[in-house]
Amino acid sequence: MNWILEPWPWYISGPLITLTMLALIYVGKSFGMSSNLRTLCASLGAGKNCDFFSFDWKTQKWNLLVLLGTVIGGFIAVNFLSLENMSPKLNPDTITQLRNLGFMSAGESYLPIELFDNNIFTSFKGVLVLLTGGFLVGFGARYAGGCTSGHAISGLSNLQLPSLIAVIGFFIGGLIMIHLIFPLIF
Amino acid sequence: MKNILYIFIGIFFGIILIKSEAASWFRIYEMFQFQSFHMYGIIGSAVGLGVISVAVIKRFNAKNIKGNQIIFSNKERSLFRYLIGGVLFGLGWALSGACPGPMFTLFGAGFLPILISIIGALLGTWAYGLLKDKLPH
Repeated sequence: MNWILEPWPWYISGPLITLTMLALIYVGKSFGMSSNLRTLCASLGAGKNCDFFSFDWKTQKWNLLVLLGTVIGGFIAVNFLSLENMSPKLNPDTITQLRNLGFMSAGESYLPIELFDNNIFTSFKGVLVLLTGGFLVGFGARYAGGCTSGHAISGLSNLQLPSLIAVIGFFIGGLIMIHLIFPLIF
Repeated sequence: MKNILYIFIGIFFGIILIKSEAASWFRIYEMFQFQSFHMYGIIGSAVGLGVISVAVIKRFNAKNIKGNQIIFSNKERSLFRYLIGGVLFGLGWALSGACPGPMFTLFGAGFLPILISIIGALLGTWAYGLLKDKLPH
């Protein structure tokens, strides 16, 4: 059973993600996480002055429950299914590059403590980075009509050209951020 | 009973996101540096198996749990919204190191600062809703 506590290799994880999609298809639903953000906005009352959010959000309760499950799954994975040291075995070049950018925790933690330590709440720059990143994820996912699960997994599995365009966009955006913007902000 | 099923599927997915390291900010950075096969292996094998599964479901007119034929809807044709929306999403994915699923999983895993990204994602979704009619699609 020790293997379960180790990080799972890609050839186990990838097919298990497909299984998640198939499970949702089998119960008559579809696999897409970012639409929950729209549902949450609607449930918080955003529909009062905006048509995009005035729909019966309770019809999407099933997906909110899936989302709740992912929260619980995160708790279970960290507390019961992981070793104490959860740091990914990154490419040594990646670690060197990240340390040069100031991410000294590269290779030593699951997430960079420079951004995800609880001290970050008092760092203007840290809050701005996480808030801006989240904002772009939310705005971009709705503009593109889906995220990694809806487009990259569900859409590409169904050979949808729009999803391929969106995924190419994801990569263009990611490459611009890492290669052009990171050197300016970190 | 069905509600428990949805939660169960979510738990399964959440565990995979953490254990695969797809929820690690470092892995996303490494992917965009092309310095590891790991993330490409995850997405590639998920999509590869997905393409085969969807083709098999269509070929045999498979039915879902309710006994209805499984139908896949096609995405609306367009270029602009997918490309521009996709680029904006990618910028955010690389910066926050998390897409929508992992954001919530990381919160459950106890990384509280990700709440800032979740609030950002809700604000971004809300901003899109307000601006939607003014944006080119």
